Amino acid sequence: MIGNTILLALREIRRNVLRSFLTILGIVIGVGAVITMVTIGGGATLQVQQQIASMGSNLLMLSPGKRMGPGQASGASSFKEADAQAIAAEISDIAAVAPLSTSSLKAIWGNQNWSTSVAGTDNQYLRISNRALRTGRTFNDGELRAGAAVCIIGDTVKRKLFGAQDPMGERVRLQNFSCEVVGLLEGKGQSGMGQDQDDLVVIPIRTFQRRIAGNQDVALVQVSVREGASTDKAKRDIERLMRERRHLGPSDEDNFNVMDMKEIANMLTGTTRMLTALLSAVAAVSLLVGGIGIMNIMLVSVTERTREIGIRLAIGALEREVLTQFLVEAVVLSSFGGLIGIVLALAGSVWLSGVLKVPFVFNGGIVLVAFLFSAAVGVVFGYFPALKAARLDPIVALRHE
Amino acid sequence: MSSDVSNDRRANAPEELIAFRAVTKVYGRGDASMQALRGVDLDIGTGEFVAIMGPSGSGKSTCMNILGCLDTPTAGSYCFQGVEVGSLDRNQRALLRRHYQGFVFQGFNLLSRTTALENVELPLLYRGVSGGERHTRAREALETVGLTGWETHTPGELSGGQQQRVAIARAIVTAPAVLLADEPTGNLDTARSREIMELLTTLNRERGITVIMVTHEPDMAAYAGRVIRFMDGLVASDEANGRKPS
Repeated sequence: MIGNTILLALREIRRNVLRSFLTILGIVIGVGAVITMVTIGGGATLQVQQQIASMGSNLLMLSPGKRMGPGQASGASSFKEADAQAIAAEISDIAAVAPLSTSSLKAIWGNQNWSTSVAGTDNQYLRISNRALRTGRTFNDGELRAGAAVCIIGDTVKRKLFGAQDPMGERVRLQNFSCEVVGLLEGKGQSGMGQDQDDLVVIPIRTFQRRIAGNQDVALVQVSVREGASTDKAKRDIERLMRERRHLGPSDEDNFNVMDMKEIANMLTGTTRMLTALLSAVAAVSLLVGGIGIMNIMLVSVTERTREIGIRLAIGALEREVLTQFLVEAVVLSSFGGLIGIVLALAGSVWLSGVLKVPFVFNGGIVLVAFLFSAAVGVVFGYFPALKAARLDPIVALRHE
Repeated sequence: MSSDVSNDRRANAPEELIAFRAVTKVYGRGDASMQALRGVDLDIGTGEFVAIMGPSGSGKSTCMNILGCLDTPTAGSYCFQGVEVGSLDRNQRALLRRHYQGFVFQGFNLLSRTTALENVELPLLYRGVSGGERHTRAREALETVGLTGWETHTPGELSGGQQQRVAIARAIVTAPAVLLADEPTGNLDTARSREIMELLTTLNRERGITVIMVTHEPDMAAYAGRVIRFMDGLVASDEANGRKPS
């Protein structure tokens, strides 16, 4: 019987193709929007995760202040280069430690200038952040110790300042001093946060302190834990060491913070997820609107087909059967909308992920949920019109013109 | 000939199909109430061809609605094949219609934009008859009413007479105990009306289907074996029809 009812419903839908299509448009858009949002959001999350993974999941970041964030470092004393050296010397299972201070500065060469980010660090930084050199060399010990005026530049800086020319050995002016280009970094592209990782000038940390910052501070210490070793243990060890070096008593709170990449990743993916959820919620509203559209059309349909319902009842259809017929019709309609929405959403997601350069991640769960939800919309919004049809008096219905 | 057969049946073996006992039907309440039936007694046996006549408001339509279990008496008893219809609920009455009654209406009442075959199949669908058998039986019913070759036409593509034939095919496809026809020729011209009446006569005579027909045209009533006249909610006359249609 249910097979027959579906058949009847399909026949009815076929009889009114244009109207059926307009009816389900709301559902199509709703389902399509939700799936597209979730798919693209999932892709963005994955991209962030991949990029963080490429930075190394075994990375720890030591910063002054209780939590990483704007304005909170104040009051807490900064790190010195000696802190980085102490970590390298005293903590086991450490692969590399790099001090890092950054500043936004204008780099000038000839008549070209370009605002970029200057990182004061050492050769370990390149190792920690997986940067390779395309040409040239890293800093030598003498340059690091003396704070020599040398730099390694990123691909974007090279293109903006030098164009097609060879930058090696040229002197780039930063603020009030000029430094010799000794190396060119291999391109790395955009980061998970949309930053150009090639828009960068690397100089020795001591050069940075002396010529740019004018103090002995180190803003951050990056620590790479040895592959296979526990980052949690390294993190605890660093915390203990830092408390000791900063002379914190047992009752004092940490005035520094060690973050691992897992936390940073969670922070970033959390933001992406929240945005995805928000956009999906907005899209879900259109599903509700679509449902109301279906109810509206089903009510019109019941009125229009009053006579037909009268005929069916007179022939011996049970209330339940008329109810089922209209309910199935609503559900078939809305599921159809759901299916079309799914197809459009997947096609749209593939296209969008190409445009946004985000990986396409097929999320079977949301597709299933969206489909079931669209069917449920049919049940919920089809029930009232179906009940109205089933309760008709056959005598009155037959007389209806 | 047909009238003789049905008369004989009634006289010799009154196999009760329908029994009205003091059936009244009141519409509305209080001062606005209207008595459509005022205590009707009526017996119709299997195999009869009965015409119900009477002016507008005489109660014949109300009687037909009660006969077809679309409505129930306010008071009195209506037994269909020994079952008290007044005690049945809406769904039970629907099942009774589904299994024992066929309907033919003045306005044909076919499903529009639905082929003749699909229209005829409809009652079988509700009976849960499987696809193959449904097709075969619907085709047979259409053949009986002389519409072989018109299976795939929709009502819009058929003439009035043809539409009424499809409606009759739909009514008889389930082999019902009784065929209830409410002014079946009301929307047809004389020639078409005669064809329909001859078809009903044939079904009654050759298949033994009980036919109860409401009409206000004496020419059509003449085909029946028995004519019941209603007047002001009561049976005014109930007589065998000896007259053969000219």
